[in-house]
Amino acid sequence: MLNRRTFVGLATAVALTASSLLAAANDAKSILLQSTTSTANSGLFDYLLPLFTEKTGIRVDVVAVGTGQAIKNAENGDGDVLFVHAKADEEAFVAAGHGVKRFDVMYNDFVVVGPKADPAGVAGGRDAAAALKAIADVEAPFASRGDDSGTYKAELKLWQKAKVDVKAASGGWYRETGSGMGQTLNVAAGMGAYALTDRATWAAFENKGDLAVLVEGDTALFNQYGVILVNPEKHPTVKADLGQTFVDWLVSKEGQAAIAGFTIGGEQLFYPNATPSGS
Amino acid sequence: MQDFGAAFRLAGHLLVSGDPDLLEIVARSLAVSLGAVLVACLIGLPLGALIGFLRFPGRRAIVVFLNALMGLPPVVIGLLVYMMLSRAGPLGPLGLLYTPTAMVIAQAVLVTPLVAALARQTVETLAAEYDEYFQSLAVPWHAALGALLWDGRSALVTVALAGFGRAIAEVGAVIIVGGNIDHLTRVMTTAIALETSKGDLALALALGMVLILLSVGVNAAVMGVRSRAVEAGHG
Amino acid sequence: MADGTLPPVLTSSHPIGGLTPLRMTGVRLVRKGQVLLNIEDLTIGSAGVTVLLGPNGAGKSLLLRVADGLVRPDAGAVTWGGLAPDGTVRRRIGFVFQQPVLLRRSVRANLKFAMGISGLWDRRKADRALEDAGLAGLGDRPARVLSGGERQRLALARALVLDPEVLLLDEPTASLDPAAVAAVEGMIGRAVARGLKVVLVTHDIGQARRLADEVIFLHRGQITEQAAARLFFADPRSAAAKAYLSGLLIP
Ligand SMILES: Nc1ncnc2c1ncn2[C@@H]1O[C@H](COP(=O)(O)OP(=O)(O)O)[C@@H](O)[C@H]1O
Ligand SMILES: [Mg+2]
Repeated sequence: MLNRRTFVGLATAVALTASSLLAAANDAKSILLQSTTSTANSGLFDYLLPLFTEKTGIRVDVVAVGTGQAIKNAENGDGDVLFVHAKADEEAFVAAGHGVKRFDVMYNDFVVVGPKADPAGVAGGRDAAAALKAIADVEAPFASRGDDSGTYKAELKLWQKAKVDVKAASGGWYRETGSGMGQTLNVAAGMGAYALTDRATWAAFENKGDLAVLVEGDTALFNQYGVILVNPEKHPTVKADLGQTFVDWLVSKEGQAAIAGFTIGGEQLFYPNATPSGS
Repeated sequence: MQDFGAAFRLAGHLLVSGDPDLLEIVARSLAVSLGAVLVACLIGLPLGALIGFLRFPGRRAIVVFLNALMGLPPVVIGLLVYMMLSRAGPLGPLGLLYTPTAMVIAQAVLVTPLVAALARQTVETLAAEYDEYFQSLAVPWHAALGALLWDGRSALVTVALAGFGRAIAEVGAVIIVGGNIDHLTRVMTTAIALETSKGDLALALALGMVLILLSVGVNAAVMGVRSRAVEAGHG
Repeated sequence: MADGTLPPVLTSSHPIGGLTPLRMTGVRLVRKGQVLLNIEDLTIGSAGVTVLLGPNGAGKSLLLRVADGLVRPDAGAVTWGGLAPDGTVRRRIGFVFQQPVLLRRSVRANLKFAMGISGLWDRRKADRALEDAGLAGLGDRPARVLSGGERQRLALARALVLDPEVLLLDEPTASLDPAAVAAVEGMIGRAVARGLKVVLVTHDIGQARRLADEVIFLHRGQITEQAAARLFFADPRSAAAKAYLSGLLIP
């Protein structure tokens, strides 16, 4: 019978379970890292962060979103460290006083993927802009992030170089998904479209379907990652000491070696290139 | 698509193996959504009941507004709560963003209008039935409110379940205010979103099946308690 | 009275100044241009059972509601012993509706709720009331699974357990079988014997003959006749009442 006592008992039990489970969080020494989907979804963090935690006892909680959103979140003070890939925006972030200092950490590269049938005939090319031009010429479907991510910004630069007005084609052969890299690759796989992706996300992506890497090796496809401690003077809740420890470790010999050691299927995905002085 | 078969096998394997990461995420999903529903009921049930049985000017407008709020997309709620809880927001000093508490708040905000609107409907029907009797006894409003909620409990349990269903299934709000942080704020729906974005559709689907089972389990448990109450004739 | 020293009126649990007589003067109730009630002057005294008779739609239920203050008339005054029927007065009047409203709880919890509102919960008293209603042993049964007769008796017991000074009953035995009718009439009779004033609406002329001390005949919202029961049944004055008693359809 559902009497008053069972009722109150049930409610109390739910409340207690909920509060105990919820309270279990956020006690340890930890920092909040605002980063991108490419670093998280590739598995780099799953490999890298435990090494750091083991050495320092500092847990790193990762929020993985597009570069633009990560920077916005950090600007609001919602994070201790920013680890993204859009150099110009990162420098603007520091210049505006939100960050202390930017350090190069590593790079990888973007690749153009597309259906094996390759209607634009771009396979094997090394000139990314030329490949995009060819895709635009035959109006083959192209899936774009269409968000505020580092990858999208790199893609727009390439379209500019190819002198293609993608805004005019949006909704036609040019399709902006407005979502993350993986989601965009899902869309590309689903409709046999071309796409620009970072190599790490691609390597770890499991729904490749009929897609393959068609264009790679262009210097214009270079993808630089940087790390920045969020400025504690601007955002007093930033855990400056712990955050700085993480930044220091990433650019240290040890951190750099760890990054170089991350592979998927024997393939190295990120290339450390920190300069001790930062930028 | 061979993903279905793979997903079924994977779901079975996940359940049988008792994978600790999965159990952790399941427990967190339950804790967050049950917590949110509890908060939503504490606010939404009395609120809905009051609107259901009090007569005051502007009541119809409030009912329409409340019903409309039921349709608010989770992602909008997520954004609003994010803006409140962000360090740069008015409640920033509490440091709640990217914690399970933030997720409870977001889901509570999401579910409260639903609970209130459905409770309003239930209580209004019951209040119409009780109205003259209560008047003839000159029952004070708070006693009437209590009696309506208590006597409507059978239907209100279903209301709470509807709220739970909406909470446990939504991803838009918790992914924004929780951040989908591994071992801290990752729940079933954000894990599904993550695996989907990694292209691991089989695992995503398997997690989805586990989520359905979870939902069925909670509903069955609650309905079990409820049907015993109904058998006892108190429905 | 055990000691026999107190005057009876002070042993009552009620404040000095009873609720009777009920007076209505110039009471009019109009809805959509229809005059539903038009009571120029009505006094119902303190003695026994007053039966309200009249065809369907005459306004009998409305009259009870107006008397209890549940419906406000458009004009006129209603007083109980000089007091307007506000919440305080209403709690001293028991009202059993034509369709009794039973809470979705157990039989005993229905009594408990009613008693609790006035802060009078007393389990033994509740059990005695159930016994008087022939519902002993059904205390834990959900009220809403009771039979028609049991429901009426519960509603009556729930009103009586509050020790009202006046009881308003709206067709309490409509659609009950003879045994159930007898049980309800038994309860009413015992209450009246304890000094309770009862105003009873009924369609059952036999019941009116058995219970009534006084009869009021209502037709189209107007009182056509008010008389001692014996006089009324022997010689109804108004044409409507005559026709009604003789079983004719009256317009
Ligand atoms: N709230 C109301 N609004 C409008 N008309 C009403 C209302 N309540 C009762 N009536 C009408 O008043 C008349 C008397 O009703 P009622 O008192 O229930 O009759 P009865 O004598 O059969 O108990 C009926 O015609 C009924 O339709
Ligand atoms: Mg009637």
